Amino acid sequence: MQAYILRRVVQGILAIFVICTVTFALARVSGDPLNVLLPEEASEEQIELIKAEWGLDKPLHMQYLQYLGKLFRGDLGEAIAWPNSTATELIVQRLPNTIKLSALALIVSGVIAFPVGVLVAIKKDTPFDYGGKLFAILGQSAPTFAVGLILMWIFAVQLNIFPTSGSGGIEYIILPALALGYYNVAALMRLTRSSMLEVLDTEYVKLARIKGVPEWKVVWKHCFRNALIVPLTYFGLIGAVLITGSVVIETVFAWPGLGHLVIKAILFRDYVVVQAVVLLFATAFVIINIMVDVLYAYIDPRIRYT
Amino acid sequence: MAAVTTSPEVTGVDTQQRAGRVAKVVRAIRELPLIPLVVLIFLLVIPAIFANQLAPHNQRIGVLDDAKLPPFWVSESFESRTVVQRADKDRLDVEIGLTNAQRKVERGEATILSGGEDGTVDPGDTLRFQANKGGSMEYPLGTDKQGRDILSRIMHGARISLMVSSLAILLGGGLGTLLGMMAAYRGGKTDAIIMRIVDIKLAFPSILLALVLVAAIGAGFTTVIVVIAVLLWARYARVVRGEALAIKQQDFIDRARVSGASNARIMMRHIFPNLVNTVVVLATLEVGHVIILESTLSFLGAGIPAPTPAWGVMVADGRDLITTAWWIFLFPCLAIVLTVLSMNLLGDWLRDKLDPKLRNV
Repeated sequence: MQAYILRRVVQGILAIFVICTVTFALARVSGDPLNVLLPEEASEEQIELIKAEWGLDKPLHMQYLQYLGKLFRGDLGEAIAWPNSTATELIVQRLPNTIKLSALALIVSGVIAFPVGVLVAIKKDTPFDYGGKLFAILGQSAPTFAVGLILMWIFAVQLNIFPTSGSGGIEYIILPALALGYYNVAALMRLTRSSMLEVLDTEYVKLARIKGVPEWKVVWKHCFRNALIVPLTYFGLIGAVLITGSVVIETVFAWPGLGHLVIKAILFRDYVVVQAVVLLFATAFVIINIMVDVLYAYIDPRIRYT
Repeated sequence: MAAVTTSPEVTGVDTQQRAGRVAKVVRAIRELPLIPLVVLIFLLVIPAIFANQLAPHNQRIGVLDDAKLPPFWVSESFESRTVVQRADKDRLDVEIGLTNAQRKVERGEATILSGGEDGTVDPGDTLRFQANKGGSMEYPLGTDKQGRDILSRIMHGARISLMVSSLAILLGGGLGTLLGMMAAYRGGKTDAIIMRIVDIKLAFPSILLALVLVAAIGAGFTTVIVVIAVLLWARYARVVRGEALAIKQQDFIDRARVSGASNARIMMRHIFPNLVNTVVVLATLEVGHVIILESTLSFLGAGIPAPTPAWGVMVADGRDLITTAWWIFLFPCLAIVLTVLSMNLLGDWLRDKLDPKLRNV
């Protein structure tokens, strides 16, 4: 088990290192940052001055080493498009918003998906089940921005219950969280349903029934806890969906989080901020994946040896 | 029983067999997922091929006078407001300022309901005017803010979606299949290197990779295809490698090698034909995914550039008008959802038919 964890962590660190390199390379290809830093009529001296200030006069591999060195000390660099603020500051400002949104989306998914998944499993082949299937299949087929906009149109424009976009009180976060959680609700619900059906069919459940255990106890105590294992191991996928989804949903609802920030930074060609946010997202993604793999290996020992 | 029967019964068995074959065909047709197929043909394939002939209007140039017309079933609506000297900002739904009212009457946009016997507008009169224009069959699904026909744009958008998804899957799937086959067949270092790259690729959140790539290369039709292909290949490589490993163990591969077939020949003639089902099923399952990716990129402004009628671009156009002109964003949204939904249902069906192993991929 230790060897497995070690192997996954080394792989993860390697992945993060490659991601650093790729983002660095791509950010440099994406147009000369000088175009953003300088007005068009800048003189030769001004160009040289700025180049020296940003370290752009050095050869590319030196810039890369410098970037890695700074990164190692936790310095993500000065933002280009946001004057007087560092990338770290920008991220620290917006990170809580993204965490709030993702956490709420996660809670929403769990609270809806598990009970409904159990319900449709018990009521297999009834209208409940078909409704649940339709809901799950729709969740896989609707892009996040479409879900967000349709929810916005129904609940904010037509019914006027929530504000359309922006940030502020609790009423601003509900629609984006629902939209962000929808895909996960669909995926988790399907998984819960199929693993519940499997468990409901086992011998010990039959025995419990024969012994006269009340049906609710059979379902919630004997089955549900065992059925939970499979969906829980899919949290890696869920983390990925939350990260990519938040970029889209924050743009749709003008929610001031990291996704909103990175889209703006790409528009402004602020490679420092793009690098920083992408690195943060990718690191989070890698860590979630390692945690899930380790959890999975803990639950299912066969995984460790493959 | 069949052993003691005479010849008429024998032919009877023959017809039974034939009937069995017919029944098989009938069953296959009946099991075809008809609704998704019909939706796909009418929403994606026919518009994509015949967009130029079918589209009632130009998809790029609109008529500004016809901007923001609703779909045909929405009739024009009228509003009545009381004319006051100066309208209160919070009561604009019931009041209208005097100057504004006079202007509307002069232009013939409003009629005076009561108190207008003297022919002029005075405070206290009630004014009736058109709040929203009605839709017509001229533009069945309405028009956008530049007066372009939404139906025509959705038809041309189908062409973009179909082209992007088929080219991206061809490119990404081809690359992934080739690399997966090589990894499985060559084994050793080749395998290790290819699979490490796959791991790293799969560790990178796809939308972000796409955005960074687009920012680097610059948005455009080709970029979108290349970027999506880059996102797709890893999954193919992983699945194909797994399948190819199993095939490689089988005797006929060894025999081919003994009889002197080259590595390339073994891969193309002996391994690849056994992978076709898997590759086709994966491709069908991926179409929906690719359409979602393309429309998301276009929606974020990092995909197909603006005047081209890609569905994602249309949704982005309608986003700011969600409170006043819902049809601009909703119809392209529905087109995406319906297409992807049908494609997924079709893919599921094909997988169950051709390659049920893939259910867990």
